[in-house]
Amino acid sequence: MTFKSILAGAVLGLGLAGAAVAQDDPLKVGFVYVGPIGDFGWSYEHNEGRLAVEEHFGDTVETIYQESVPEGADAERVLTQMALSGADMIFTTSFGYMDATVNVAGKFPDVKFEHATGYKQADNVSVYSARFYEGRAIIGHIAGKMTKTNKVGYIASYPIPEVIRGINAAYLHAKKVNPEVEFNVVWVSTWFDPAKEADAATALIEQGADVIMQHTDSTAPMTIAEEKGILAFGQASDMINFGPNAQMTAIIDNWAPYYIERVQAAMDGTWESTNTWDGIEPGMVEMAAFSDKLPEDLRAEAEAMKTAIAAGEYHPFTGPINRQDGSAWLAEGEVADDGTLAGMNFYIEGLTGEVPQ
Amino acid sequence: MDLSSINLFVLIASLMVSATPILLAGIGELVVEKSGVLNLGVEGMMITGAVCGFAIAVQTGSAGLGFIAAALGGAALSLIFGFLTQVLMSNQVATGLALTLFGLGLSALLGQGFIGVKGIDVGPVPLGPLADIPGLGIVLFRHDGMVYVSLLIVAGVWAGLRYTRAGLILRAVGESHNAAHALGYPVIRIRLAAIAFGGACAGLGGAYLSIVRVPQWTEGMTAGAGWIALALVVFASWRPWRVLAGAYLFGGLTVLQLNLQAAGVKVPVEVLSMAPYLLTIVVLVLISSGKGASGAPASLGTRFHDSG
Repeated sequence: MTFKSILAGAVLGLGLAGAAVAQDDPLKVGFVYVGPIGDFGWSYEHNEGRLAVEEHFGDTVETIYQESVPEGADAERVLTQMALSGADMIFTTSFGYMDATVNVAGKFPDVKFEHATGYKQADNVSVYSARFYEGRAIIGHIAGKMTKTNKVGYIASYPIPEVIRGINAAYLHAKKVNPEVEFNVVWVSTWFDPAKEADAATALIEQGADVIMQHTDSTAPMTIAEEKGILAFGQASDMINFGPNAQMTAIIDNWAPYYIERVQAAMDGTWESTNTWDGIEPGMVEMAAFSDKLPEDLRAEAEAMKTAIAAGEYHPFTGPINRQDGSAWLAEGEVADDGTLAGMNFYIEGLTGEVPQ
Repeated sequence: MDLSSINLFVLIASLMVSATPILLAGIGELVVEKSGVLNLGVEGMMITGAVCGFAIAVQTGSAGLGFIAAALGGAALSLIFGFLTQVLMSNQVATGLALTLFGLGLSALLGQGFIGVKGIDVGPVPLGPLADIPGLGIVLFRHDGMVYVSLLIVAGVWAGLRYTRAGLILRAVGESHNAAHALGYPVIRIRLAAIAFGGACAGLGGAYLSIVRVPQWTEGMTAGAGWIALALVVFASWRPWRVLAGAYLFGGLTVLQLNLQAAGVKVPVEVLSMAPYLLTIVVLVLISSGKGASGAPASLGTRFHDSG
């Protein structure tokens, strides 16, 4: 018997033991967060989802979590440890955990993995994400109408499809109502660094932006917007406490229903690898109350747009839309397919700057 | 690309604000290292200062009291390190790392009640007509008080180390604790004082983030600034004015790249994020190749026991 087969046997044994234990014990569900749960943004909402799971299932589940886990090699270590400690199901809640999730899932075939915002599925790896771009379309519309300097500042994290899609959706709808509008995109190369996000917001404002959008996880940009007396949109959570005057609305991620559904499936034994991408209609994407500082007709337009998107009557990416280089992407009336959206790595026409490679 | 939207004076002013946290933490750590102690817990002391400062500033409405609380909080935490390494003679590297982890956890606990609380407004120091000087006024005379305090601390540390008897003793302890001990200087007490000073400065640096720069309390908000401060001391080869230059350089790189991006210039974001560490490594290479004068204290990181 080679060392490898002993190892394989040991792993298999562990797996079986884990499965056997799972029959009696509460289902152990792990969560891995990229930022602190107190970020009041992205990780905060995932943790709210975890708390909802605990409340819904009571003693029949046990949840564990680890926060501020860096994307990359460290994530693999954390996931392995979680799986070894007997987790039956693990939610990995950031794009950068994708490869780590798939790797660890390969070693623990009996553990069910759920990876947020990625695209690599496996037999025991489901992927799920929210159609944040639906919300981005609405805030783009508002930004286009509200900017006076015609400069919208956009604080972006990493050039991944989800972020690029958000920029495109927001720009497209701002441009529709305000042909003069310009987007200044700043990449900060982090999901969570309040000081750097604050500096980015300050730099954008100093250069004339009077509306700030963010695709990073802390509330720092909202705080700066409030301080400088300009307008902004909350990201992932309602950030109204940080910008009572600045926040016009916020895109809120509501993961609770999905988490409850998936944990239920795992308990019932009906869990299988799926690819979920929900938007406003099922409630995975919510909009915070539109600020009463917005003109009444604008609020009505935003509401109408939200209703139309939820009803499936309007798709934010409806042609004609060209790519940045001027080549045609969507013809008149054509709607973007999910595959292209999921892998979106190009700007649409009119955006300046380049997508970093 | 539209560089005209960047106002150079505003840029320099933002750079100074951006650099102040690492400047404060760096100058404190310089004093600690000059006394022969390596405290890797800067990040932990900074974040503790950030939460203490924010909490007190919000409750009293006074930024000044907030900063005092931050300095006390940072110093208190650093004295745990001081007690462990100087009295119980634990390993400095391991204890310093532990201090960082402890500080991050402790601050998260202390900050529970302050998440989502609005910070206070800290205005610029009223400098009257000076603030209206074109250009220079924006760069130099419209800052909040802490920017000036940080510059005063740098000048004070420089003058103190260079011209005072206390500075000379501190350096002697850092170069050869046995010789200093033989001359009758209380090595451990001097080092504890240096450690507390370093902790206080790190605390001020952290509080500058939570009270002025961001301004809010968020867990983990220092996000690695403490490590940059540590790199900064090496980069500066243990000289106070070089700490200032290095802090403005490191802080400047961040602010500059954000501004260039906002103006639509394509910049290699990842490379610039690495830059502080790369530059530090370059300086280290220069030092060890003997081309640059090393200011590293000879007893740095070694244990001292008065049995000799």
